[in-house]
Amino acid sequence: MTSELDIFVGNTTLIDEDVYRLWLDGYSGLWGTVCGCRFGGAVVLDGRAGRARMSDAVALRVRSGILEQTGATAAVLQSDTMDHYRTFQMLERLLHAPPKLLHQLIFQIPPSRQALLIERYYAFDEAFVREVLGKKLSKGTKKDLDDISTKTGITLKSCRRQFDNFKRVFKVVEEMRGSLVDNIQQHFLLSDRLARDYAAIVFFANNRFETGKKKLQYLSFGDFAFCAELMIQNWTLGAVGEAPTDPDPQADDMDMDLDKEFLQDLKELKVLVADKDLLDLHKSLVCTALRGKLGVFSEMEANFKNLSRGLVNVAAKLTHNKDVRDLFVDLVEKFVEPCRSDHWPLNDVRLFLNQYSASVHSLDGFRHQALWDRYMGTLRGCLLRLCHD
Amino acid sequence: MPGKLKVKIVAGRHLPVMDRASDLTDAFVEVKFGNTTFKTDVYLKSLNPQWNSEWFKFEVDDEDLQDEPLQITVLDHDTYSANDAIGKVYIDIDPLLYSEAATVISGWFPIYDTIHGIRGEINVVVKVDLFNDLNRFRQSSCGVKFFCTTSIPKCYRAVIIHGFVEELVVNEDPEYQWIDRIRTPRASNEARQRLISLMSGELQRKIGLKVLEMRGNAVVGYLQCFDLEGESGLVVRAIGTACTLDKLSSPAAFLPACNSPSKEMKESPLVHPPSHGCRSTHNSPIHTATGSRLTQNFSVSVPTLIYTGMGSGSAGKEGGPFKALLRQQTQSALEQREFPFFTLTAFPPGFLVHVGGVVSARSVKLLDRIHNPDEPETRDAWWAEIRQEIKSHAKALGCHAVVGYSESTSICEEVCILSASGTAAVLNPRFLQDGTVEGCLEQRLEENLPAGCGFCHIPYDELNMPFPAHLTYCYNCRKQKVPDVLFTTIDLPMDAAVIGKGCLIQARLCRLKKKAQAEANATAISNLLPFMEYEVHTQLMNKLKLKGMNALFGLRIQISVGENMLMGLASATGVYLAALPTPGGIQIAGKTPNDGSYEQHISHMQKKINDTIAKNKELYEINPPEISEEIIGSPIPEPRQRSRLLRSQSESSDEVTELDLSHGKKDAFVLEIDDTDAMEDVHSLLTDVPPPSGFYSCNTEIMPGINNWTSEIQMFTSVRVIRLSSLNLTNQALNKNFNDLCENLLKSLYFKLRSMIPCCLCHVNFTVSLPEDELIQVTVTAVAITFDKNQALQTTKTHAEKSLQRASTDNEELLQFPLELCSDALPSHPFPPAKEHLESASSNSGIPAAQRDRCSSWIELIKLKAQTIRRGSIKTTVTVEKASPVGEGNFRNRSSPPCANSTVGVVKMTPLSFIPGAKITKYLGIINMFFIRETTSLREEGGVSGFLHAFIAEVFAMVRAHVAALGGNAVVSYIMKQCVFMENPNKNQAQCLINVSGDAVVFVRESELEVVSTQQPAANCQPSCTGGEVTT
Repeated sequence: MTSELDIFVGNTTLIDEDVYRLWLDGYSGLWGTVCGCRFGGAVVLDGRAGRARMSDAVALRVRSGILEQTGATAAVLQSDTMDHYRTFQMLERLLHAPPKLLHQLIFQIPPSRQALLIERYYAFDEAFVREVLGKKLSKGTKKDLDDISTKTGITLKSCRRQFDNFKRVFKVVEEMRGSLVDNIQQHFLLSDRLARDYAAIVFFANNRFETGKKKLQYLSFGDFAFCAELMIQNWTLGAVGEAPTDPDPQADDMDMDLDKEFLQDLKELKVLVADKDLLDLHKSLVCTALRGKLGVFSEMEANFKNLSRGLVNVAAKLTHNKDVRDLFVDLVEKFVEPCRSDHWPLNDVRLFLNQYSASVHSLDGFRHQALWDRYMGTLRGCLLRLCHD
Repeated sequence: MPGKLKVKIVAGRHLPVMDRASDLTDAFVEVKFGNTTFKTDVYLKSLNPQWNSEWFKFEVDDEDLQDEPLQITVLDHDTYSANDAIGKVYIDIDPLLYSEAATVISGWFPIYDTIHGIRGEINVVVKVDLFNDLNRFRQSSCGVKFFCTTSIPKCYRAVIIHGFVEELVVNEDPEYQWIDRIRTPRASNEARQRLISLMSGELQRKIGLKVLEMRGNAVVGYLQCFDLEGESGLVVRAIGTACTLDKLSSPAAFLPACNSPSKEMKESPLVHPPSHGCRSTHNSPIHTATGSRLTQNFSVSVPTLIYTGMGSGSAGKEGGPFKALLRQQTQSALEQREFPFFTLTAFPPGFLVHVGGVVSARSVKLLDRIHNPDEPETRDAWWAEIRQEIKSHAKALGCHAVVGYSESTSICEEVCILSASGTAAVLNPRFLQDGTVEGCLEQRLEENLPAGCGFCHIPYDELNMPFPAHLTYCYNCRKQKVPDVLFTTIDLPMDAAVIGKGCLIQARLCRLKKKAQAEANATAISNLLPFMEYEVHTQLMNKLKLKGMNALFGLRIQISVGENMLMGLASATGVYLAALPTPGGIQIAGKTPNDGSYEQHISHMQKKINDTIAKNKELYEINPPEISEEIIGSPIPEPRQRSRLLRSQSESSDEVTELDLSHGKKDAFVLEIDDTDAMEDVHSLLTDVPPPSGFYSCNTEIMPGINNWTSEIQMFTSVRVIRLSSLNLTNQALNKNFNDLCENLLKSLYFKLRSMIPCCLCHVNFTVSLPEDELIQVTVTAVAITFDKNQALQTTKTHAEKSLQRASTDNEELLQFPLELCSDALPSHPFPPAKEHLESASSNSGIPAAQRDRCSSWIELIKLKAQTIRRGSIKTTVTVEKASPVGEGNFRNRSSPPCANSTVGVVKMTPLSFIPGAKITKYLGIINMFFIRETTSLREEGGVSGFLHAFIAEVFAMVRAHVAALGGNAVVSYIMKQCVFMENPNKNQAQCLINVSGDAVVFVRESELEVVSTQQPAANCQPSCTGGEVTT
């Protein structure tokens, strides 16, 4: 007796969260690899092989102890798993454009479950996102997924889904004007948190920030996402969008691209380190203010010029795309690492950066106060976030 | 020219890409009705076209309005080649033809293609202007309402129940016409869909005419079926019960009837139900029609079986079932009278007086090409024959009517088994228009006062029993005789006194047969049938005993025929009726008493059986009060000692006379283990696993003993096909496979629905078919309903009060003896000998739940807890009265708080006639849909499972869309009547036909009723009737 066909369809589509997770994680529901496409379809697989072996997904469910809890048999579990997998496969097409999931008539799914389906589908693994963050979401990268899968231990299937999600979101919002987060939320119905993460991913992919260097390995996705958010808020065209001096609206995407003009202007900051008087004055202002308040005062004093040069040079270089990409590398090299080697406590870093930014206002010869604030305001936030072990 | 049909095509969305180059589609729409076609403009380059067409107007006869479906075809315009079809929508406009139902059909319909499935949606508005036509010879029957529900629909009152209506129409099957060789599968499928749509329209119209002739205005329990006879044609047939219904419109009448929370279930059955009987008669007359001239079909042989279960008195011992097999020639000389049949399974109070038992008839026919579709006499004659048979069986049981009547067929190649079954009953003539009921009734009515047991009292003469049975005095009223076991095809009457809970009982059976042709095949099947029926019956009886129960409701026996085997599947809900005697145990007897080890084995088995019975009694809470002999009085004389008076029954070739009574009394229900077969049987008895704790199942509308439903429901369909390993099949192996198939299916259901615990699977409907050699297909449709474990007692109490109130209101006008009824409705019947058990009895009396949790929309699930807390306060009929002033119009639009982010209205589907925790405020019309889906890329669609899974999901979606477009939010009495699946994996092809039906309704949550009544009604009603869409 072999089972040819075995289905269950509810008027309300049943969604089992655990099975959904297994499916998303890329565990096979069949004991082949690709569903239904071997040996003339699921028929053979469903039946004969079913007795002999369990699929990965079923084996994992068995391991979770569900058989003991429910008194079910492995065959029941297999049948149930297959039903869910089929449902998810049918839903996947809709999940690619989540508003469709809301409007479609085929599956009657409660809104809370719809939200769960979408949120989980677009969720990603920290390990995976760190591998592709800042990379071009192209075919080339997709080819590397095999390696990423091996390296991270995430199944290839799951890697593909996550990669495709990134790419899909990127494609959809790429050409759009307006707030990146809002656009993502509107078109993918993600939670605020997840939409922000995607905004960061899209922003990084668009600007191709290097994140994979060894010295950046200690940074988490959260660190980058935090920086991305600050940069989107302050350094993009969208950030100054309220003042519509923008001459041609087609020019740039509001939130995804850095404000070219701003980057160009950043060159003006060079004077802070190029002008020796200004640099000395700046240093003395900072040192006066921080004397006695900093545990690492002497180190700071000794390093001040180096640090300041580092930070200002980073700004001045941002006109070149190549240097934009290396922004994080530079920041870590020029600032984080020196601080770390002198064992600055985080609080000292904070005090220093605050004072360092603020003191510029007292430099009479310096005329680019607004520019400086726009630059340092964001950078200060980023650096504080980057300073950890 | 009495009607004008107006159609407007508004927009489309999610259309498929038809032009690869642009990734877009240039869509336009053809609207066709009858022979008239209109087209919209082409909407260029869009997957979401906005046509906003003018109103297309069709001026048509109402006859056409009834027959024809509105056909909407979406196409992709192509300048150079033929336009490509995207898909179609068929809209049945029948619901617009009666005044009380829907007034407009408006909403998003899935665009369906038989090859690709659903491809986007289209927004359509349809209206009908009807002109009055006073022509009395008209051919149309507009205005007759149709209901699938097999009880009087809530919010209606039955004035007269006229009786049986039937009709059938035949045609050639387009799939088998010569043209099919040259046309595409799509064209062929569409021709078929359209034809069936036309035929069912015609059928409905013809039935409507019959109803009008009878001066009725509605058909209740309408059941329409298709017989795909292959080469010989296509038959569409329908049966139903003609009624004159009154809309309960005045608040006073309306409320008690439809809504008091206590009732919820069919109002009808509440009161006085049924009848009685403890025995079942199955008859399987078999006719073989010969070859070419069907009209001359002669009966080859008519073996008829009657078997009964018997037992005697308090000892609860059972006589074994036995059979008498006799052959006789059928006389077709039965007088042609109207059939006193009713397709209802639940009844208005007082309608059902006694129940005699199950009557059934089967007949084997050879199919031949239907030569003249306009003269479907052959098929008519076949059914007429079977109905006569049924009628005579009912007579033999002393009953003048058959209730819970249904008909079915099973076809394999050119052999067709026609089956009909029902429950013989005595009815109260007050509801019937004329004297179909004889005078004997009145006296019965009087004896009938103790409700809760009246329907169990035997309708036949004790001294003149049609079959041997053990009678005892009713354990409830002590006045009348009752049988020891009662089998029926109807639902458990509302006021029946039940002890404990019920459970699903199934008998499953396979029999191999040789492959044969034509007559030889028919004869072989005919010869097997009686044995199968007998075995099915024996299995049912054994399983019933094993459960410690004494009655079966909702019995449905299905016999399916395949190339090389016959399958029998019987499903029923077992209960313990307080009025019937305690069932005896099962005793095993060996044939070779001297063998020691054998003896030991036997005693081991015996112990196992006894243990199982004890366990089941505990599981189903069956603890009937002990009754001492004195109270019962002297046992009824044993059947053998009674003199038998033979009735003269001209119509029924009376089997009775030849029944072997020698086994009339035995000490216990004895299973003789005389061969391995019997051993198998005993084993299989013990292999049925009870559902996991927290689960109950039944195939009736409601579960006896559970009355506190909460509002979560999940309707589902599950299909399994297994392939038998072809070699060396034996009956035993087959039986085991089949048994495993069903048991595993049930286990899977329990597992899948585990999150709903505690819950009950209601209306579990199994159908089995044999699509090919070695393939067995089982299809199950059921609904899982959650209930609240902790509220049973309290609920029962409030319910009792309510039902009391309600019963009195209802009955005053309907019945002469309202008082008695009222007291009956109380679950705590006077039950003198068992006072100490009163409490338990009352909590278990199968009265349906009063209070339910309501949670109308998805999002409300979240609020469940909060509502549960509130539940206690929503119970009185006062609430109901407050609700009444609210215009009905408000309810039409789903007034459930729309979930903020959902854009598609929720449509509930259920095979039951009610929705827990809600009140049905309006019936919008019947839904009767037929779909074909075919694929030539089976593998790519995920194999057979992927293909069928997607198709069934699509069918659900299309049903929901139609209901939503009618302004409804639920389908009740939903049934999947056919699911024919054929595959050819080698060619990578599969095809499936599905036929579903149900009643589209508008329901309102009781909780909302309360809200509505206390707040401004209009405030929370959203005008969302257009396709259930809430624009956000």
